[in-house]
Amino acid sequence: MEEKFDSVVVGAGPAGIAAAYTMAKAGLKVLVLEKGERPGAKNMFGGIIFRHHTEKLAPEFWKTAPVERHVVEYQYWFLSKDSHLLLSHRNQKFNGQYNAFTVHRAKFDPWFAKLAEDAGAVIINRTTVDDLLVQDGTILGVKTERGDIRADVVIAADGVNSMLAKQAGIREELPQDAVVLAVKEVIAIPKQRIEERFNLGTDEGVAALLVGWGPGMHAGFMYTNRDTISIGIAVNMRDLDKSKQRPNVLFEQFKNHPSIAPLIKEGELKEYSAHLIPEGGYDYVANIYTDGMLVVGDAAMLVNAVNWEGTNLAMTSGIIAGETVIEAKKKNDFSSRTLKKYRERLEESFVLKDLKKYRGIPEFFSSNPDFFTVYPEALNELFYMWHVVDDEFKADRIKRMKATLFKRRSRINLIRDFYHLWRLFS
Amino acid sequence: MTQRVLSIEDKLYRNRYKVDEESHLWIKDPKMCLRCPFDFACIRVCPTDVYKWEENKITITYDACVECGACRIACYDVGWKNPKGGFGISYKYG
Repeated sequence: MEEKFDSVVVGAGPAGIAAAYTMAKAGLKVLVLEKGERPGAKNMFGGIIFRHHTEKLAPEFWKTAPVERHVVEYQYWFLSKDSHLLLSHRNQKFNGQYNAFTVHRAKFDPWFAKLAEDAGAVIINRTTVDDLLVQDGTILGVKTERGDIRADVVIAADGVNSMLAKQAGIREELPQDAVVLAVKEVIAIPKQRIEERFNLGTDEGVAALLVGWGPGMHAGFMYTNRDTISIGIAVNMRDLDKSKQRPNVLFEQFKNHPSIAPLIKEGELKEYSAHLIPEGGYDYVANIYTDGMLVVGDAAMLVNAVNWEGTNLAMTSGIIAGETVIEAKKKNDFSSRTLKKYRERLEESFVLKDLKKYRGIPEFFSSNPDFFTVYPEALNELFYMWHVVDDEFKADRIKRMKATLFKRRSRINLIRDFYHLWRLFS
Repeated sequence: MTQRVLSIEDKLYRNRYKVDEESHLWIKDPKMCLRCPFDFACIRVCPTDVYKWEENKITITYDACVECGACRIACYDVGWKNPKGGFGISYKYG
């Protein structure tokens, strides 16, 4: 392949496609390389995509895109061994103005990629990029099994395991505590039964986060799709390693929890998948630009784990990267002098502003796993005691409840924990 | 179904793969495994049982790999690259 492109985008996920679409629409010559047999073939997430940011690329996309259900309810489950406490928010406003949609990535991503293709970008599937094409320290393009491809700017949208960022020497291997291993199953359950079990109308969906069942910093997740449920676990890699537990065993224990099992019973397993999530936050977003290259999406560690956001950060970083390349093209300067604009604009946008706001949070929860273990258990115990009816005087009951709580966590530590948490958010 | 615990083999059977003849995973220094400093983290963290300890070495069933990268994060002696274009896991749902 001798022709030269304005930009070669590596990876046809949300970040790469957003970048490709933005550049192609402005008339740039764009090539997208995808290692899977089609976009989405290697991609897995919880998960949900977000209306607000997806609409910036595709207004009213839900009318044509393969979305599953729009989310009307967000659930927070606090589990103990044989009980749960559920905090749930359902709002009819989510039926008026959609907020998020559950999707299967293997179905949504090809649709999304078509946007870029229709705008003029060329997408080549089944092509793995082996390395960067570098000459005298300048990135000139990429090396693939099909040959070298030259471009003014390489956009590394190659996901959490980004080889390109490492090959460019701008990122080290991910540290264990900054990544989470997610393991997921897609379980088929008839549409009507999903709606009965989760108390949903047609097209309405639930997004759920569940803590209290696993080691260290962990969470379970559950998303209702049209006629499947996406259910999975996510455990910090360092905590998983330390716990010496096997992911699949943890997953099976989670699925068999007496509060969870009825929701997925008589379902048929359709797919078993696993993926890493870069949840380290702001301090792990390393160099994301260099001469001739920009890094976007998961490859740049752009995930906001606090608000369950990822694809919207990916898409926005892609758009801003695309616009930066358009500007660089006008100036005909593809050095970091121009490309640093990408970082500056990300810092001004919600992407890095939000991550910066939350910068202490991953580290805080990582060093205080009691929020995921001790507190859920204590909450369940307290609610149980509150509701048991017997001959005990309430004065004694309340005394016992306090003692139970302070046995799990001393007064001083309780105050300290919540004071720190408050400080982190304010 | 919920009461029956599915084995990893049972689960992987539902997945779609296009298997390459060549592994995209390898051990950089097999000698290091003999005195593994990480208590066989590669075996433990892998969600699809790719790694096993057999006859004093790690064996790799790379065709079960879903390319998550956990093994590489857990141990720097794991060699990891993307499978050739079109090969490896190919999700139908994702």
